[in-house]
Amino acid sequence: MTAEVVSVAVEADEGERPWRRALRRLVRRRVAIVGLGIVILFILVALLAPLVAPYDPIATNWAAVRKPPSVLHWFGTDEIGRDVLARVIWGTRASLLAGLVSVSLALTIGVPLGLVSGYVGGFLDGLLMRVIDAMLAIPFLILAIALAAFLGPNLTNAMIAIGVSQMPVFARLTRGQVLSVKHEDYIEAARALGNPHRRIMLRHILPNIVAPILVQATLASAAAIIAEATLSFLGLGQQPPDPSWGSMLNVASHFLSQAPWMAIWPGLAIFLLVLSLNLFGDGLRDALDPRRG
Amino acid sequence: MVWEPAMATFLIRRLALIVPTLFFVSVLIFGLQQLLPGDPALALAGEDADPSVIAYLRQKYHLDDPLPTRYVLWIKGVVHGDLGESIRIKRPVRDLVVEKLPVTGELAFFALVIALTIGVPAGIIAAVRHNTAVDYGATMAALWGLSIPNFWLGILLILLFSVKLDWLPASGFVSPAESLRQNLLTLAMPAFVLGNAIAAVMMRHTRSAMLQVLGADYVRTARAKGLSEKRVVLRHALRNALVPVVTLGALEFGALLSGAVLTEQVFSIPGFGKLIVDAVFNRDYAVVQGVVLCTAMAYILLNLLADVAYVLINPRLRA
Repeated sequence: MTAEVVSVAVEADEGERPWRRALRRLVRRRVAIVGLGIVILFILVALLAPLVAPYDPIATNWAAVRKPPSVLHWFGTDEIGRDVLARVIWGTRASLLAGLVSVSLALTIGVPLGLVSGYVGGFLDGLLMRVIDAMLAIPFLILAIALAAFLGPNLTNAMIAIGVSQMPVFARLTRGQVLSVKHEDYIEAARALGNPHRRIMLRHILPNIVAPILVQATLASAAAIIAEATLSFLGLGQQPPDPSWGSMLNVASHFLSQAPWMAIWPGLAIFLLVLSLNLFGDGLRDALDPRRG
Repeated sequence: MVWEPAMATFLIRRLALIVPTLFFVSVLIFGLQQLLPGDPALALAGEDADPSVIAYLRQKYHLDDPLPTRYVLWIKGVVHGDLGESIRIKRPVRDLVVEKLPVTGELAFFALVIALTIGVPAGIIAAVRHNTAVDYGATMAALWGLSIPNFWLGILLILLFSVKLDWLPASGFVSPAESLRQNLLTLAMPAFVLGNAIAAVMMRHTRSAMLQVLGADYVRTARAKGLSEKRVVLRHALRNALVPVVTLGALEFGALLSGAVLTEQVFSIPGFGKLIVDAVFNRDYAVVQGVVLCTAMAYILLNLLADVAYVLINPRLRA
């Protein structure tokens, strides 16, 4: 790149709102946009499931047990004659809901905790961070499995278990970000003007630390979708007969030699959605980080 | 190695921080039992349990005592190595953990070997060929590795190598004392599945550490001296880049244990992960608590060792 081109690029950056600049950088990252496109496609499939699913996802058909993919059943049928495509389409709802609800729960608890902990500091910070350390000491999935086991097996409890298990990461991240900005001039100025602490935290600090939290939320959604599939695979998430990709894989694992197609499609759906979220998350991180250009 | 005061202070502070963390971990794990809906004794004994069994459990677990008293009694037992008793298997949880640990240990060892064998060289090559097709390919492969659910990868491998080709056993475990060959055959697929995601993380760490080091002055000096590129990369850059990779690798222990739960379930390996899943299915809560506690202890200890190793290896932090 020549010096002239660099200077033009720098000029274009100057005077531009940070969010607009981030958006422009994000649009330039084609792989991230492809990821976002696939995520939007999954959201549309979940919303339009009643219209696009070819069959009722829980209707059994004993005349079509474990039928391989055909014109009638594009993805084949399962062990009790249910259409695999219809179940994959309806299963999108459980996965996306798990990603959305779990991460929202983790954000709702973790961000305020990290904000207060980093801003107030002192004993409260020390105490909260030791609790967070304790939660982080238990591997994410093992904590989620233990919580889901004790709360009882269903999708709601699985989402609570995943959200609570993801919360420490958001608390730790937010606290770190607060510590890095709390002594900046604009925060000192807000304090000198007599703004109450709550206003400083919510109106001055939070908007300036939201970018890394947003990136983490995107990547955490991918982790939550895998975690929901895992819990459902273990029988701790969505309960039968309601469709979920994880529980479909659990059943499929018993029929690998007779009906391999039962294992292919739900797994592919998890993989594609998680990969797309990771691609978008990586692109978003690069677009929001000024050092990455 | 010289023992410096700054290092001693760091280690003492680091050790002191473990005490409250361990305390809160114990409170969290003890608190899990409080999440059980309804009467814990009924939940522990099962719906159709005899009233005398429920009364026995109430007395045994001091369920009529106040919560703090119950915590103190529980933690006293834990400190003395008493993790409770499995309600289904009627054996001490400690014995079960000790029995299953070598199986998961062997699986984890092979998974780490696979992760290092794939992840570190891939990271080096990607960094050396920065911004080329090789780099993009390796980066994408790492992203694939991170995105593929390991239980699905396990199922796909079973489909290919067991169902279609009939090369490897689909499930089960044979102890190395019984038959080393069968042991390695049964662990080949599970170890690859478990090592795959960690290889992806290792690749990312190695690539990023190597990129930093390859731009450092001493690497430029080594090149200026006329050393071969292979020698510069392997003798000068890699040695320094591996410091954070090794310590960050230790933190992957959590991922290894989480992954082991699923991998052991898919391949029916009777290890630590299968123990917790079976305990969850059997509502054997003492086992769940015991396994989570042991996992957290091991994780805290490994974190501590990783921090100490980092300080010991990295001369800048010793000053």
